[in-house]
Amino acid sequence: MGLLSDPSRRKVLTGLLTRLNTPICIVCYLAGIVWFMGLAFEPFTLRTYMSENAMGSTMVEERFSSGERALSLAKEFDAHKRKAGGMPVEWLVKAMQSRGLEVFTQSFSRKLPFPDENKERYMVRGTNVYGILRAPRAPRTEALVITAPCSPGNTNNQAVALLLALAQYFRNQIYWAKDIIFLVNEHDLIGTQAWLEGYHHTNITEYISGSLRGRAGSIQAALSLELSSDVITSLDLVLEGLNGQLPNLDLANLFYAFCQKLGVLCTIQGKLQRNDWDTAEGYTHAAQTMMLMVLKQACGRSWGDHGLFLRYHIEAASVRGINSFRHYKTDATTIGRLLEGMVRKLNNLLERLHQSYFFYLLPSLSRFVSIGYYMPAFGLLAVILLLRALDLWVHLGAPALAAVDGVTEAEQPSSPGVLTVLTPVVISHLTGVALYLLPVHLQEMAVEHFPVSETEAVVLTAIAIYTAGLALPHNTQRLLSGEGTEQGWKVLKLTALLYLAVLLGCTALINFSLGFILAVTLVPITASITPALYALVMVLLSPAFTILYCVFIYQELIEAPVSVSEGWMLFLSVISQGILDHALYGSLVYPLLALFIYPCWLMFWNILFWN
Amino acid sequence: MAAPLTLLLIVAVTIRAVLFRSSLAELISARVEVVSPLNAWKRVVEGLALLDLGVSPYSGDVFHETPLMIYLFHFTVDYAEIVFIVSAYFFRKQKYALESDRYSADCLELLRSPKEMFYIPLKVAMFYLLNPFTILSCVAKSTCGLNNAIIALFIFCTLKGSALLSGILLALATYQSIYPLTLFAPALLFFLQRLYIPVNLRRSSFWFFTLQYAFMYVGSLVVITGLSFFLLGSWDFIPSVYGFIFSVPDLTPNIGLFWYFFAEMFEHFRLFFSCVFQFNVFFYTIPLSIKLKEHPVFLIFMQIAIISIFKSYPTVGDVALYMAFLPAWSHLYRFLRNIFLVSCVLLACSALFPVLWHLWIYAGSANSNFYYAITLLFNFGQVKVFTTTWLTNCEWKNRWRNKVSLFINLY
Repeated sequence: MGLLSDPSRRKVLTGLLTRLNTPICIVCYLAGIVWFMGLAFEPFTLRTYMSENAMGSTMVEERFSSGERALSLAKEFDAHKRKAGGMPVEWLVKAMQSRGLEVFTQSFSRKLPFPDENKERYMVRGTNVYGILRAPRAPRTEALVITAPCSPGNTNNQAVALLLALAQYFRNQIYWAKDIIFLVNEHDLIGTQAWLEGYHHTNITEYISGSLRGRAGSIQAALSLELSSDVITSLDLVLEGLNGQLPNLDLANLFYAFCQKLGVLCTIQGKLQRNDWDTAEGYTHAAQTMMLMVLKQACGRSWGDHGLFLRYHIEAASVRGINSFRHYKTDATTIGRLLEGMVRKLNNLLERLHQSYFFYLLPSLSRFVSIGYYMPAFGLLAVILLLRALDLWVHLGAPALAAVDGVTEAEQPSSPGVLTVLTPVVISHLTGVALYLLPVHLQEMAVEHFPVSETEAVVLTAIAIYTAGLALPHNTQRLLSGEGTEQGWKVLKLTALLYLAVLLGCTALINFSLGFILAVTLVPITASITPALYALVMVLLSPAFTILYCVFIYQELIEAPVSVSEGWMLFLSVISQGILDHALYGSLVYPLLALFIYPCWLMFWNILFWN
Repeated sequence: MAAPLTLLLIVAVTIRAVLFRSSLAELISARVEVVSPLNAWKRVVEGLALLDLGVSPYSGDVFHETPLMIYLFHFTVDYAEIVFIVSAYFFRKQKYALESDRYSADCLELLRSPKEMFYIPLKVAMFYLLNPFTILSCVAKSTCGLNNAIIALFIFCTLKGSALLSGILLALATYQSIYPLTLFAPALLFFLQRLYIPVNLRRSSFWFFTLQYAFMYVGSLVVITGLSFFLLGSWDFIPSVYGFIFSVPDLTPNIGLFWYFFAEMFEHFRLFFSCVFQFNVFFYTIPLSIKLKEHPVFLIFMQIAIISIFKSYPTVGDVALYMAFLPAWSHLYRFLRNIFLVSCVLLACSALFPVLWHLWIYAGSANSNFYYAITLLFNFGQVKVFTTTWLTNCEWKNRWRNKVSLFINLY
């Protein structure tokens, strides 16, 4: 480290750093944004390829033919579902048993912390039914799962029926090396979570459920099927799971390979791939697909029933059938063949899928961006925080450096006490803890005093605490007299910048999209904050407003733009869903925002009102 | 001085008590960065259970603590939390006391104001008690805290000038884990300096005192080992404790450098590599002792740092031990280059340890290379702190010498 130890070179370097700090920061920020948007440009992406040897070599001939029988089963299932007013447990058990599976049921119940207005449930009670197809000549150490949700109304009847038809077909084959579990779960994600917790004997959330009586070994992979119509025009692949975790890219490659083989149209994020990458429309199409994936990954919820499997190191994906206005239709037999092919390939696996990438972005189904390509975009944004921190350190240390060569003892610069920095930090974090704990715990009190429903109470309490936090700096400044030294806010800014850098770095490692979106809005404002900045700019780039902008951008991207009032209602429902996801499935987005990002932002807010 | 110290103590005890009672205690005692196979509380409880059943606690390769430790906890197992908080208090008291009278030996007054020096003991106490590493270590009930207390007592007794007590405590520290053996040299140098015996291999006074001190040290060690033998009735504890430290059979990931290497290497090279790695810890004693003859207290600090970085099962409690001493050399702050970058690296690594552990073990998206990269970076940062302190000390000595010679020339 000769460059940093030699005093004269060091002085030159630090001089360069302080003089050119702002230009370098601006260049880095723009470079980061441009790099990120450039990721969708096709020449910068790589074509997907199958990495796992065990899945690449054999291409089997699919012989599934009971598509019509599946459709009539669907009508039967629908009728029984209406009669039972929920999940027709006895019919399902009998149907699975007649197909030669070992059938078990699991009943579960869960009381949500507050009513879920999107799905209209509060006290959830349900039953999962699953049948195990035992591999005839293999040790029962590994398993695959195929799951279809039992949804109310007209949805997913064909999925359950196709599941049963596949079970019957699979039962007659001799080549299975792993047990196959056919799971029909009630109440979508809640049922899946209860089943997974029962299967793995974990207790992450407070479900009350019986332990599972039938098990089949360690699960290697899972597929979730959602099919609501007799014929489809395309199949959509859903990959984003809980906390932004993605399955191994080989699973997506497998799906794409079989769609190509059977001539089924496949989409990702509901968008079909385009070939004209050199035109503006082609590029925007790919960029929109990638942005949709980023937004979906950032919100941390599981976008299909498969998402909860990922936490248990089970590679899983959801396949959703879409029936839109296209000429070419695919029937149930072809879908059955596709699933048969995929499950046979997964059957060939010798070990869990691990060869391909776990961290990637997909601008289309056949092209991907790996972590090595997208991380520099985040790195450029994080470097701005570090440069600013270095600049502040040099400025703070400058008076002390001047006294080094003095013979007599130097007058110590009036360094602010630890208390001036500690107080905003402690108060900000206490507010964060309040934002995390109070909305759910105070909902009864809020419902008593105000004419709102529980969900609205929770969400409005959260917003109220968030806004109340903005008022704090005025009061704390008045309480502690003698504040407002020039050094004080610089030390606080230095601490807060380092804290934010570490926080965003850790977030980006676990969930890149969340880290990047937070960095895009937080980094410019925090790097340039001084007591003289406008408060409005700071508020407009706060985490809550970031969520609001993301809601509007998401609606634009799925081609369903909303007006301001609708957007506001969506924003409120996003907050309530976030809190529910954290309580029900252990999603980390809400605690991260409430306990770490918001206090960090409050520390910067304190700087605005330093004088 | 008493009032801020008491306040500090109250704050530290409150934080530890709050964390003990919360659900985080379970989480923290399972973290590999905070506990190692040598000092995990879970294993102490296991050893106690085996002892109660009448079986040797060392059967089954779970328990690797020394017999005296198991008997200490035999009597205080219900009050374990109190024992740990008390040891932290004890440690702080020693640090405070030793700092307040250290500087009569080192002539630093000219480059530091008396006001600064007055606050150093408080800063050292604060650095140790409020260090997140020590708080985590205490809440996890890792016996590392007790080891640190013994080493602090040893330093205290050395500085107070009591050779016998210092020898006994050093023997106790060595008995706990072998590595404090290297602290024999700095302690010896300190006593020699204090008694004005020049370090000259030809002088008989030097050999006389060395033999005296060595006799006290080795004698106490023999007595303690014999006591352990009589307590448990067998020599089981020697392979279980010392054999375990040297041969490194347990390769659970931790913040040290051993586990990844030893997981990769072939069996027939294992003996060679364990010798090389262990030799690395002890090797630096001789050159450092020769160079830092006149500054034995700084040498103690250097040795503790080397032990914390290169020992076979380090934890963050060991790191906190030498970091607590840093304020004692605050006169070097002005010369410390790159301290900002190095502290940022250490801070970022401490935050990244649990993240990459989660990605490796729970999410399955990363592998051991990621975690070891952070381990390497963390140890690199520590080595940078170590070398920077060393270099600035040399530079400070040179400047001091120049000033003194200038001073003398003027008169």
